[in-house]
Amino acid sequence: MKNIILHHFRVIRYTFLRLLHSPGASLLNLLVIGIALSLPVGGYVLLKNIQGISSQMAGTPQISAFLAANTTPDEITHLSSQLKEHAAIDHIEFVPRDLALKQLQLSTGLSDVTGGLAQNPLPDAFIIYPVAMDVKKLELLRDDLKTWSKFEHVQLDSAWAYKLEALLKFGRLLVLILAAMFSFALVAITFNTIRLQILTQREEIEVSKLIGATNGFIRRPFLYFGLIQGLLGGIASWLIIAFCLRLLNYSLAGLTQLYATNFTLAHLSFGDSLSLLGFSAYLGWLGAWLSVSNHLWQIEPR
Amino acid sequence: MIKFNQVYKRYPGGHEALKSLSFEIAEGEMVYLTGHSGAGKSTLLKLIAAIERPTSGSAIVRGQNIKSLKAGALPFLRRNLGLIFQDHKLLFDRSAFENVLLPLQICGFDHRESAKRVRAALDKVGLLKREKTNPIALSGGEQQRLCIARAIVNRPAILLADEPTGNLDTEYSSEIMRIFKSFHQVGVTLLISTHDESILRQFPARSLALKSGSLVA
Repeated sequence: MKNIILHHFRVIRYTFLRLLHSPGASLLNLLVIGIALSLPVGGYVLLKNIQGISSQMAGTPQISAFLAANTTPDEITHLSSQLKEHAAIDHIEFVPRDLALKQLQLSTGLSDVTGGLAQNPLPDAFIIYPVAMDVKKLELLRDDLKTWSKFEHVQLDSAWAYKLEALLKFGRLLVLILAAMFSFALVAITFNTIRLQILTQREEIEVSKLIGATNGFIRRPFLYFGLIQGLLGGIASWLIIAFCLRLLNYSLAGLTQLYATNFTLAHLSFGDSLSLLGFSAYLGWLGAWLSVSNHLWQIEPR
Repeated sequence: MIKFNQVYKRYPGGHEALKSLSFEIAEGEMVYLTGHSGAGKSTLLKLIAAIERPTSGSAIVRGQNIKSLKAGALPFLRRNLGLIFQDHKLLFDRSAFENVLLPLQICGFDHRESAKRVRAALDKVGLLKREKTNPIALSGGEQQRLCIARAIVNRPAILLADEPTGNLDTEYSSEIMRIFKSFHQVGVTLLISTHDESILRQFPARSLALKSGSLVA
């Protein structure tokens, strides 16, 4: 057991030595892998950030139902109890017109403008919090409420969020396609690097096989090489994205200052970073495995 | 130890390298394999080491049939064989010591135990003083002896030597034959292919004579 562990350590040490043996070529390889990975991963990071904003701003979806001006208090109580009994509605909130005006004055600083108004132009309104979250059911509820005679105008407030969600869905698909393509590229890059290494070590492989090396023994250094190259490539892509986000955040800072908000693009979460490294290491391993197996198959006795 | 029964080896393209070959080599025996080049000596050795597989017939080495041996079992068969190649197949990217160390690394031997064994093997072939030398700096005879050291470091039961004295002068040849003789004395089974008549006279043993793929004597 001790010998096996020692052997693995020796192989890993040997892998790093080999990477350092031709630092220029190794660095270029890592950069190629890093850049190939940072396209889909960068897309993912942007999507995550956009998703973050949209959920922050949309919050829970709500429907505003504005009442006709001539609605009496009795009718309002009646409507209120009717809405409360509605199966698709979680809870409601009644906003009387006076309160709405006050809120408008407070939140927008338009008190000068509103103060000059002769009468309150705002209607009474219900803010309706539905049970369902998905856009189809919300639209159904909105259309139902529209048929109620006392509601003059019914508005699904977070409709834009849903449009964004649809766009994000498209974006996610795009990222997925990119990820698939560049994963393939990573496997191909590793396959080729390992193939070249095999060519330079042909004799060693042949002799080792002749004196009783198992395929596992011959594969091992190459698999470690693929794994470590993939892992380092993953780290390179993480750093590339970190660098790009830094640049973007720097220019965003100027923009957000103008809008008096505080918004920065966040990097991958810890878990996502680990997934990235694990995945890139796995792809490197896979490329190496395919390459060595292909070679070993060719030299198998027939 | 080695038993061939009606073995044929046909290469793609139709060339028949071995025809209806049947023989047996007992444990601890030393046997020569003679014949002109192209008679099938190398092919025969390759079949025993499972570097190639017979087209038909049964070739049994240490109780295992080469024809049906699974690829996964191949390495373990070869670990019991010491192979000495005509072209040495030494690795020039490492020292003599490391060349001999390779079989032990493959078998997963302990580092210290390996070093001891490597030195013993090098001592046996008289190359202990040159352990740090790159094999490219060794003479033909020394390279051949290094190849022998690598073949025996694992203490195999069978030694297969393909023209071990092929390119060497008489003095070197006898030296190498004396090394083989000493292995024979400790019970190793030896199969040595050669076309060197003087060796056969100097170190007499049973010989299998091949002529265009068939046994003649």
